[in-house]
Amino acid sequence: MAAIKGSWIMVSLGILSLLSCSGKSHHLIGAGSSFDNPLFSKMFYSYFQSRGIKVNYQSIGSGGGISQLINRTIDFGASDVPMNGEQDSLSPARVLHVPITVSAVVLSYNLPELQDTLRLSPQVLAGLFLGRITHWNDTAIAAINPGVRLPDLPVVIAHRSDGSGTSNIFTSYLSMISPEWASRVGRGSSVNWPAGLGGKGNEGVAGLIRQTHGAIGYIELAFAMQNKMAFGKIRNRTGHFITPSISSISAAADIPMPANGKASLADTDAPDGYPISSFSWVLLYKEQDYRHHPQEKADHLLHLLDWMIHEGQRYSSALYYAPLSPAAVHAGEGILKSATYDGHPILTQKN
Amino acid sequence: METSLQAPVIPSPAVRDTVGIRKRIRRSFRQIRTESVFKQTLVIAGLILVILVLGILLTLITQSLPSIRLLGLKFIWGSTWNPVKNVYGAFPFLLGTLLTSFLALLICIPFSIAIAVFLGEYYPSGWFADVLKNAVELIAAVPSVIYGFWGLAVLVPMVRSLEARLGIDQPLGVGIFSASLILSVMIIPYAASLGRSMIQMVPEHLKEAAYGLGATRWEVIRHVVLPYTRSGLFAGILLSLGRALGETMAVTMVIGNSSILPKSIFAPGNTMASVIANEFTEADKTVYLSALIELGLALFLVTVIINIIGKKIIDRFTNE
Repeated sequence: MAAIKGSWIMVSLGILSLLSCSGKSHHLIGAGSSFDNPLFSKMFYSYFQSRGIKVNYQSIGSGGGISQLINRTIDFGASDVPMNGEQDSLSPARVLHVPITVSAVVLSYNLPELQDTLRLSPQVLAGLFLGRITHWNDTAIAAINPGVRLPDLPVVIAHRSDGSGTSNIFTSYLSMISPEWASRVGRGSSVNWPAGLGGKGNEGVAGLIRQTHGAIGYIELAFAMQNKMAFGKIRNRTGHFITPSISSISAAADIPMPANGKASLADTDAPDGYPISSFSWVLLYKEQDYRHHPQEKADHLLHLLDWMIHEGQRYSSALYYAPLSPAAVHAGEGILKSATYDGHPILTQKN
Repeated sequence: METSLQAPVIPSPAVRDTVGIRKRIRRSFRQIRTESVFKQTLVIAGLILVILVLGILLTLITQSLPSIRLLGLKFIWGSTWNPVKNVYGAFPFLLGTLLTSFLALLICIPFSIAIAVFLGEYYPSGWFADVLKNAVELIAAVPSVIYGFWGLAVLVPMVRSLEARLGIDQPLGVGIFSASLILSVMIIPYAASLGRSMIQMVPEHLKEAAYGLGATRWEVIRHVVLPYTRSGLFAGILLSLGRALGETMAVTMVIGNSSILPKSIFAPGNTMASVIANEFTEADKTVYLSALIELGLALFLVTVIINIIGKKIIDRFTNE
């Protein structure tokens, strides 16, 4: 009997230690967007240096982050796309979207014979990705690239084969500017591509572009910059051809913010704004008092996010992310202040 | 063991006998117990495996119910895979899986049989045979992502120039043919090593009898060794087919990942395993997730059906 009692004590001790491990309050766990990962790594490292709070971030993809948040296995999620209706209905409680950084999707191509930067209009872009425009010397492309000798070469479209927030940003833009795209293909993390080849991840698409003469595909700005890939100028709504850069993305993101933070930047009105830009969001529950979630942890999380939208923004530019506009920071502050623990606001005054 | 029972200093024969008998009885009880425990362990291990396979099948079926209910048989014959509109037709992927696997098999058969005959019959030992044997085993040990990189960097440009020479109007390099080539390299060791051990097991007297009748080495291989090892060679090929059906990473890197029904073997396509790997993490709708699981179920069933057909063929070969 003594032995049995002893083993029971051992087992319960083990369970207790496990519980205390998972409830360790100076550890925060996040998961989601792989696009945000380089910026987050830098931010979290610096936050650990100054505040001693460790953040474990898993870059499993936006959709994965959302489903982990819905299952309540993480403290916060990160996504390049706001939650959709079905995800909202699956979620056990209201989720806040805090804009955290601004990203862009660029059109990279492999046409070494071109001296100038390729110019693309929304109509040409839709034509290319719908499989309408099949050769580079098409009159539609020639019309917006005066004086450029375009080769008589078949167009090879490269797209993402894995579901991704990047695809969602790009297809959302195409759906906005082309009614045909909206009705035939639509927007989503993975869609039924009418033409082209799929590559896994940014590196897969970049690999296809590099290898195939005459290829064009969409990749994230940061990836294109780091890998020194050629990318085109896109004509925005005001008729200007815009080179994607931190300043043109910031211009696109400088808009009045809705209170819930879910603003779309696609096809911006800003004269200098790059039209395929998007916010990236950190997702958290509005009510932080739920199972195995102590108040201390909620405090740490809210202070971390508050730091990320303020001081943390200084790491953006060096890593090719655009810093948030004052309006977005203000909206973020409002959203963070609305978070509660057991009905009481968590962030009362600025820390 | 027997000698230890006869202890050297024991007073009377009667006492010695009862002690010995008791010891022996105790020992045999222990033996029986070990015997039954061992047998039970085996049974449990076997049962766990059966339960595991049935459990996987059951999970796949229950998880794919939403998609089965919505799409029915259209899932297999439909050729549109459109997550945005919740239309899921797996036919292009089914075709892609079968095409790449069987094409890979076709390419690998001559090589694997040649290696098996060479190592089993011509050079069963010696340094060159050791080098070749280890190289073949190494092929099986290389992680598939390495094959993917190699395929993308080396094989795809080669296939592209081949396609250009064949006059295909858009030489892409990536596509079903490249995927089959990669797969054939990956599966050679499975067929070859099983074939080699089968060929080494051909009884010496059969071969000697054939030589005695004046047969040449080629004739011995053709009329004695190969017919004798037919079922073993076929089993090895079946094993490699199983590997080809489920291979994901290397295939997804070179096949082009297009959901459009492939028009030729040089066209880009997609396989069931690669679609699951690509889209599973970001499947953000219930039906979408369920359709991907149904794709897994379909892959499971295809593997089972091919295995059953293979077993039937092996049985017929051995009964002849």
